Amino acid sequence: MNQTADSVVDQIEHEHSHHGPRKGPLRWLLTVNHKDVGTMYLVLALVALLVGGVMALVIRAELFQPGLQLTQPQFFNSLTTMHGLTMIFLAIMPGLTGLANWMVPLQVGADDMYWPRVNNWAFWMLPPAAIMLWIGFFMPQGAPGGGWTLYAPLSSTYAPPSIDWVIMAIHIMGISSILGALNIILTILKMRAKGMRLWDMPLFTWTWLITGFLLLLAMPTLAIAVTMLLTDRHLGTAFFDATNGGDPVLFQHIFWFFGHPEVYIMILPAFGIVSEIVPAFSRKPLFGRTSMIWAVIAITFLSAIVWAHHMFTVGLPVEAQVLFMYTTMLIAIPTGIKIFNWVATMWRGSMTFEAPMLWALAFIFLFTIGGFSGLMLADVPADYQYHDTYFVVAHLHYVVVTGSLFAIIAGVYFWLPKWTGHMYNEKLSQWHFWLSAISVNVTFFPMHFAGLAGMPRRIPDYPLQFMDFNMISTVGAFVFGFSQLLFIWLVIQTIRGGKKAGDRPWDGAKGLEWTLSSPPPYHTFTEPPSRQTIHDEGPHGYH
Amino acid sequence: MMWKKLLLALTTLSTAVVAAAQEEPSAFNMTRGVTEVSRDAYDMHMLLFWVCVAIGVGVFGVMIWSLIRHRRSRGAKAAKFSENTVVEVVWTAIPVLILVAVAVPATAVLLKTNSPSPEPDVIVDVHGSQWKWEYVYPDEDISFFSNLSSSSRDASQLNAEKSPADAPNYLVDVDNPLVVPAGKDVRLRITSDDVIHSWWVPQLGFKRDAVPGQFNNADIRIDEPGTYRGQCAELCGSGHAYMPVVVEAVTPEAYNEWLAQKKQAAAAEAEEASGPWNREVAMAQGKKIYDSACASCHQANGKGIEGTFPALEGGKITTGPVEGHLKIVIHGSEKNPVMQAYGDQLSDREIAAVVTYERNAWSNDTGDLVTPEAVEAAR
Repeated sequence: MNQTADSVVDQIEHEHSHHGPRKGPLRWLLTVNHKDVGTMYLVLALVALLVGGVMALVIRAELFQPGLQLTQPQFFNSLTTMHGLTMIFLAIMPGLTGLANWMVPLQVGADDMYWPRVNNWAFWMLPPAAIMLWIGFFMPQGAPGGGWTLYAPLSSTYAPPSIDWVIMAIHIMGISSILGALNIILTILKMRAKGMRLWDMPLFTWTWLITGFLLLLAMPTLAIAVTMLLTDRHLGTAFFDATNGGDPVLFQHIFWFFGHPEVYIMILPAFGIVSEIVPAFSRKPLFGRTSMIWAVIAITFLSAIVWAHHMFTVGLPVEAQVLFMYTTMLIAIPTGIKIFNWVATMWRGSMTFEAPMLWALAFIFLFTIGGFSGLMLADVPADYQYHDTYFVVAHLHYVVVTGSLFAIIAGVYFWLPKWTGHMYNEKLSQWHFWLSAISVNVTFFPMHFAGLAGMPRRIPDYPLQFMDFNMISTVGAFVFGFSQLLFIWLVIQTIRGGKKAGDRPWDGAKGLEWTLSSPPPYHTFTEPPSRQTIHDEGPHGYH
Repeated sequence: MMWKKLLLALTTLSTAVVAAAQEEPSAFNMTRGVTEVSRDAYDMHMLLFWVCVAIGVGVFGVMIWSLIRHRRSRGAKAAKFSENTVVEVVWTAIPVLILVAVAVPATAVLLKTNSPSPEPDVIVDVHGSQWKWEYVYPDEDISFFSNLSSSSRDASQLNAEKSPADAPNYLVDVDNPLVVPAGKDVRLRITSDDVIHSWWVPQLGFKRDAVPGQFNNADIRIDEPGTYRGQCAELCGSGHAYMPVVVEAVTPEAYNEWLAQKKQAAAAEAEEASGPWNREVAMAQGKKIYDSACASCHQANGKGIEGTFPALEGGKITTGPVEGHLKIVIHGSEKNPVMQAYGDQLSDREIAAVVTYERNAWSNDTGDLVTPEAVEAAR
């Protein structure tokens, strides 16, 4: 049976190498081509972005004014929980993985991923996982409402039956991420074109190499945490059940040992994207390339020893609080180095402001603001006040939305001409950018004030003094949400036609991907790139 | 020089704003509060804020300068440089110095905030539960539940007839606030009876999680008498927005008076408990208990919330056999942990009263009178 299946796939692969993509709908189900898989990841991310976005808009509509107008509290809690899980595991992570699938083989001169069939499998696990994640909305007691952090015992003993589906969905998404991470690591380490030294790799590939290892650390930890939740629910264990000698705080330690690296899993590849775009549109090599890479490595190590800064109010010994405050503050140093390097790259450049650059610039500005609030949150005495308020909601959205998501959008604009062979509509893209950049701040900046004034997070209703900020946020959220329809329209338009993009649509862009035609042939680098090409497109090609 | 002056001006301005709004919580900034802890937290917050502003002015200033001057449309030609060791060492060293400058006061404040007072004047055990706080004064033999006030509860229903604007202190108002003496050391020992909650009053300067199975201590010393309001800060289920924290700090004399009153009321209740048992007594006492223990889920009108909390009016249990009704109140629900076991929290007489109330209130006219003896037998 297996042999037959294998030989069928072999045959398909064989056909592909001669005739391009398979015809008909089975193309997408059976494809082992990294470009096809990358496209599917990106489409899934876009769908999840819409689903999670609709949840966010219902949340914002309910919070427009005090009192309950649209949702019962339990349903509201399900929305906040599912919004978080959907955006993290089905929008941001697959979005970044999709970019990696498309670009890593092209950037290292490989003809495909190391395990093409595993690549197909890793993707096709995700749609069933998405259904399992969302199915709770259609179950009698609704979807889980204990928050995406799944704290015990609210998400173990006290959770509705749908939590079991969520736990299984997380397991599947975790396996998918691990396989994807292994595949990317192996592609980079084993299939890199001869003549490309590790230190000469493009920054996007570099950040993904490190992110791959971070995924291998984080995802099994999450699997352990949710498995313990599951056995507490069904097998009579009491890991987190205080009435039987367990400890609910243990869950938080395990969860955040995953959760903090997870933050960097979402931001390191974003750093990589921005590090590709800023030099391209400044027409100048990336400043401090080596220190950029070391900064990413330093952030990765630190990310594993800061987890308890999410738990300063849980009653940790004061010595532990001091220690985790210090380690958290240290992260500001490598992060600062990255920001300074981007600014120095722009300094005395010859800048133009096409869509990818605009999004990358917004990333640098707004991610820095998220970094500032992060530095403030690290300070324990002040965190006793900030913790679990809208100040934290503002912080995390500045990091994930104007950080990770903005970088993904920047990357899509940057590489879309390469993928499709067409230029996107620059004028419309400027509308998309300015609408988004303004409305995202109208949405999230007032949350800083609401939080400082004392508004707790995850509440469907609030005292009257928080009304003004919430109204402003809701207006901003609707403009931001609907602005993304422009993005979808732009992408569809570009796929279907438009001005022809040359092989190198951005005159300042460097990298092996720009030596290929636009769109690239279905199979690329069947002949490895020459050493001369690698040199010219690498960091030393500028001189 | 210029920006130093500017910074100084801004700092002065912010101090002036603070002085004006010292007592009332600010609408857009962290409150300075009424304890040493809260003032320390505020000072740390403002220090960090200005540090961030200073860094932001520097970084964004250079960036914006570059965006304006170094654009191709102005004829800028790209330079070729891509590294400079001196610059890189400098911009690694400066953040280190800034962080040390912030970490030193933060550590000092943190250690101070976490050092317990040697001999607290008053001890209160704080129990979080879905969705109310219980305050127990172990040295005074007083305990009571603190529930969201009924005016807020009525206005907080989906499509309520009453507007939140009509409820005084909407969602931050309770029936029985925590009462403590001002100017005295009060130790709170915070824990939970079910899921994790978090006890938070911004003006007291901290929040502390209520975790089942552990006591988290927090020492407070409130300078001025007054009423200070806050909310549960840790997601604890569907009633998370509806379990406010209200602290009333009173003069030591008023505190002693309040203690005496509370004890008197408790004695009166005990006396009443030995009095005759009839439907009128049971219904009156039952309504009181229902409003404080049951209404947060099943609602004052007994209609519950569809899909989340079962209606008691016309319910299978409340109009079915008495035995089943007593069982779920005493032992809790096997299917749904949100329905707690009230056997340990309420006396026989109280359970008899509340069950009698539930069986006869609204349109539940079963006519049953449950006796304390029946409750004892059902335990």
